Amino acid sequence: MVRKLLLEKAHLEGIRGYDVYRREGGYRSVEKALGEMTPDQVTDEVKKSGLRGRGGAGFPTGMKWSFIAKPEGVPRHLVCNADESEPGTFKDRYLMEFLPHLLIEGLIVSSYALGSHVTYIYVRGEYSWVIDILETAIGEAKANGWIGNNILGKGFDLEIYVHRGAGAYICGEETALLESLEGKRGLPRIKPPFPAVKGVWDRPTVVNNVETLAAVVPIILIGGEEYAKIGVGKSTGTKLISTCGNINKPGVYEIDMTISVEDFIYSEEYCGGIPNGKKLKACIPGGSSVPILPANLLLKTVKGEKRLMNYESLADGGFVKGSMMGSGGFIVLDEDQCVVKHTLTLARFYRHESCGQCSPCREGTGWMEKILRNIDTGKGKMSDIDLLWDIQRRIEGNTICPLGDAAAWPVAAAIRHFRDEFEWHVLNPEESQKRNYGLAHYADPLEPAVAAV
Amino acid sequence: MAEEKKLFKVTIDNIAIEVEPGTSILNAARRIGGEVAPPAMCYYSTLKGSGGKCRTCLVEVAAGSTADQRPMPKLVASCRTNVMDGMIVKNVTSEKVLDARKGIVEFLLINHPLDCPICDQAGECSLQDLSYQHGTEGTRYEFKRRTFEKHDIGPYIQLHMTRCILCYRCVYVADQLTNRREHGILDRADHSEIATYIHKALENDFIGNVIDVCPVGALTDKTFRFKNRVWFLKPLDAHRNCLKCSGKVTLWNRGEEVFRVTARKDQWGEVKDFICNECRFEKKKTADWVIEGPTRIDRHSVISGNHYVDIVEPKEIMPEVMGGRNPKLLMDINQVSEVNRKDIDLSEIPGPAHSEDFEKENS
Ligand SMILES: Cc1cc2nc3c(=O)[nH]c(=O)nc-3n(C[C@H](O)[C@H](O)[C@H](O)COP(=O)(O)O)c2cc1C
Ligand code: SF4
Ligand code: SF4
Ligand code: FES
Repeated sequence: MVRKLLLEKAHLEGIRGYDVYRREGGYRSVEKALGEMTPDQVTDEVKKSGLRGRGGAGFPTGMKWSFIAKPEGVPRHLVCNADESEPGTFKDRYLMEFLPHLLIEGLIVSSYALGSHVTYIYVRGEYSWVIDILETAIGEAKANGWIGNNILGKGFDLEIYVHRGAGAYICGEETALLESLEGKRGLPRIKPPFPAVKGVWDRPTVVNNVETLAAVVPIILIGGEEYAKIGVGKSTGTKLISTCGNINKPGVYEIDMTISVEDFIYSEEYCGGIPNGKKLKACIPGGSSVPILPANLLLKTVKGEKRLMNYESLADGGFVKGSMMGSGGFIVLDEDQCVVKHTLTLARFYRHESCGQCSPCREGTGWMEKILRNIDTGKGKMSDIDLLWDIQRRIEGNTICPLGDAAAWPVAAAIRHFRDEFEWHVLNPEESQKRNYGLAHYADPLEPAVAAV
Repeated sequence: MAEEKKLFKVTIDNIAIEVEPGTSILNAARRIGGEVAPPAMCYYSTLKGSGGKCRTCLVEVAAGSTADQRPMPKLVASCRTNVMDGMIVKNVTSEKVLDARKGIVEFLLINHPLDCPICDQAGECSLQDLSYQHGTEGTRYEFKRRTFEKHDIGPYIQLHMTRCILCYRCVYVADQLTNRREHGILDRADHSEIATYIHKALENDFIGNVIDVCPVGALTDKTFRFKNRVWFLKPLDAHRNCLKCSGKVTLWNRGEEVFRVTARKDQWGEVKDFICNECRFEKKKTADWVIEGPTRIDRHSVISGNHYVDIVEPKEIMPEVMGGRNPKLLMDINQVSEVNRKDIDLSEIPGPAHSEDFEKENS
C-alpha cells in the first residue's frame, strides 16, 4: 500500500467538519509553522521537498515562492487556483469536497510563508456546492481562531475569501484568473510582467493549484526531506490522479510516482482494468491538453522501458514519442473508441473556450473543429489531414497564453500517432459512419528503438 | 542621475541601432524603417495597453542580450517586448517569422468577408496592405464565413462587425479618450464581438476616433459612407480653432468639396492628435478650415495614385546603359495592337472606352 499523505483520512465520517478534522490531527502544521518556523524556513522546507506544481506545468513550488517580489509597503497575495476545468481532471474537486480543511490549513501555512494577509480561492463556477463547503469550512476555521487577526497569538493576520468563477476554462490560466478576480473579463495578460512581480491589482502574487497548496501540510509535518524520499527523481511526494474513460473503477487516486502505467490501469487497487475484456487502444495521461498516446507507446517508452506514472517517465520521448503528467487527468480509451471523434470533441472544447484575444487561437481553433467535423462525418479529404497539421503548427507557440498550445497538441498527437485512422475515415466515408476503425495495430509491440532520426 | 542615459544597442535584421532602454523591439525597428519594421495590426503607440493580440508583429530573438545570449524559445510579439542591450532580432531575415506571419494573415482572413469592393476602408486598410505583403494568393478555408448584423452606433458611426479583426483598439480609445466607455467585447472565442450594450448609441465628443484607429472597415464614418473612394480624394492638412481638440485634421477633398475629415496619421498609420466629433462630422465646408497644404502621403499608398507632389522624373537609363546611344524603336506598338490606335484620342471619348469606340473609328 502506498503511503497516503493527502487522502488518508478522506473517508472518515464527518472529516468535512472542523471537529473531526481537528481531532484527527488537523491544523498541526499551522501550529508548527507559526509556532516554530520563520516564513523563510517554511519556504525552505517546500524547496527541499521538491514539490512541483500540480496545476499542469509542474513548476517547482519552492522556487516559485522565492521569486515573489517584496517591495516595501506593497501587500502580497496568495491565490489558490481551484478553477479546475480541464476535461478529465477532477482531483481538486474531490479534495475540496471531502477535505476542505486540509486546503485551508495549507493556505494558512503558505500565506504565512509568502506574507499574504488576504488570500483568495478562485473556484470554478460550476462547483457551486463546493463553494458552500469551502465557505462553511472557512467560517469554522475562523470561529476557532485559525483565520483572522493575530493567529495563535503569533501576530500573523489572514483573511481567506472564496471567489466564484463564471464558467470559463480560460480563467484557470493564472493571469486570466487574476483579471477575473479583479472583476474584469478573463483575458490572459501579456507577460512580462509576471504575477510574482505584478499580479492581482499590480501586487506581487503567487498562484498555486489546490493540490499543491494542500501538499504543503504534509511537507511541514514530516519535513521536506522526508517528503522528497517518496517518489522518484524529480517526481517527489504523492500525486492525485483522476481517472475516467473505459476503466472499471473511475475515480480519484493518490499514487506515489513509482507505479507503472500498466499496473495503474490494470491493478485492482487503482483503475481495475478495462470493462468487458476490451483492449486498451489509447490514453491521455494528464488531462485533455497533453498528447494522446497509443497503447504501445503508453506502456513502454521508445527505449523499451516500462513507462511510469511520473513527470519524467510520461514525458520520456518528448512530444514525438511521449506525453506529459499535466494536471493528472487520466483518460483511457478502449478499442471501441474513435480517435477522430475524440479529437473533434477536444477541438470543439478549445474552440469554445478560447478567449478570442489573439488571432491564431481565435481563428485556428474554429477552423480545426470544422475540418475535424468533416472528417468525422465522412466528408473529409486527404488534404484535410495535412491542412490540420499545418494549422496546429501555426497556432502552437504563437499565442499569448498556453491555451493555444493546449488546443494544438491534441490534434498534433492524434495525427502523429493515428494518421491511418484519419486516412481510413477519408477513404471509407460510408463505412466510417457505421463502424469504428478499431484497435488496428496500436497495441502491437513496438519495434526495438532505432537510432533517433 | 547626472550620468548620461546609457543607450541599448540592438541589431535587427543585421542593422544595428541604439535606442533608449524601455523601447520596444517594434519601435526600434520602426526607427530603422522600411521592411525591417514588422507589421502591426493591434498595437497603437498612443493607446496604453494595446498590442500583443494580433500576433502579426512576431519576431525571432536570436540572442536575448549581451549578458544572456540565449535565443528566446518562441517568437515574441515585438510590440510588447522591450529591447535589451546586445539583443539580436530577426524579422524578415527569419524563415520562421515569415512562415508564422503567413499563418497569421491566413487566420485573420479566413473569417473576413473580403468585401473590399464595397468597403469604405479599401485603399487605406491595414488588412489589405498586410495581405498583399505577407499573405498567399489563395485561401484554404472552405467553410461559411462568420457574419454579424450591421449596427448603427449613434448618428455618425456604423459598426460592421463582420469585418472586425478584434484588435481591441477601439475599446482602448473609448476607455482612454472618452470618460465613459459604453462599448466593449461581448462573448468569447471566434464568436466574440464588439458591441455596445444593447446597441446603445455611443455619444461622446471623442468617440469618432474609433473610426481612425480601426485598421479595417469595421467602424466607418456614416457621413462619408459610399460617397467616394479614398484614392479619388485629395488629402489636405488643415486646422481650425477648436475648443475641444487641437483642431488639426486632414481634409479629404474633391475640388472644393470636403468629403470627410479625419485626424492626421503618421507614417505608421497612427493618429497622434485625436480630434473631436464636431471637427470630424460637422465641419464639412472648406470655409470652416484654414488649409495648410497637401498632406504628404507615402508614395506606395494607392491614395497617392492621382496626386503627385514633388515628383522626380524617372531618369532615362537606356542611353546610359547603351553607352550614349539612344536605341531606335524596333516595333511600333500601334502597328500590332488593335486597341492602341494612335488615331484614336482616348481623352476624347466620354466615359470609359469600349471596343465599339474603336470599331466606330475604324469603320
Ligand atoms: C488554459 C489554461 C487553463 C488552466 N487551468 C488551470 C486550472 O484549472 N487549475 C490549475 O490549477 N491550473 C490551471 N492552469 C495552470 C495555471 O496557469 C498555473 O500554471 C497554475 O495554477 C500554477 O499552479 P501550480 O504551480 O501549483 O501548478 C491552466 C493553464 C492554462 C493555460
Ligand atoms: S491563446 Fe487563446 S485563450 Fe490564450 S490569449 Fe490567445 S486567444 Fe486567448
Ligand atoms: S472594430 Fe475595428 S478597432 Fe475595434 S476591434 Fe474591430 S478591428 Fe479593431
Ligand atoms: S501589433 Fe504586436 S501583436 Fe499586434
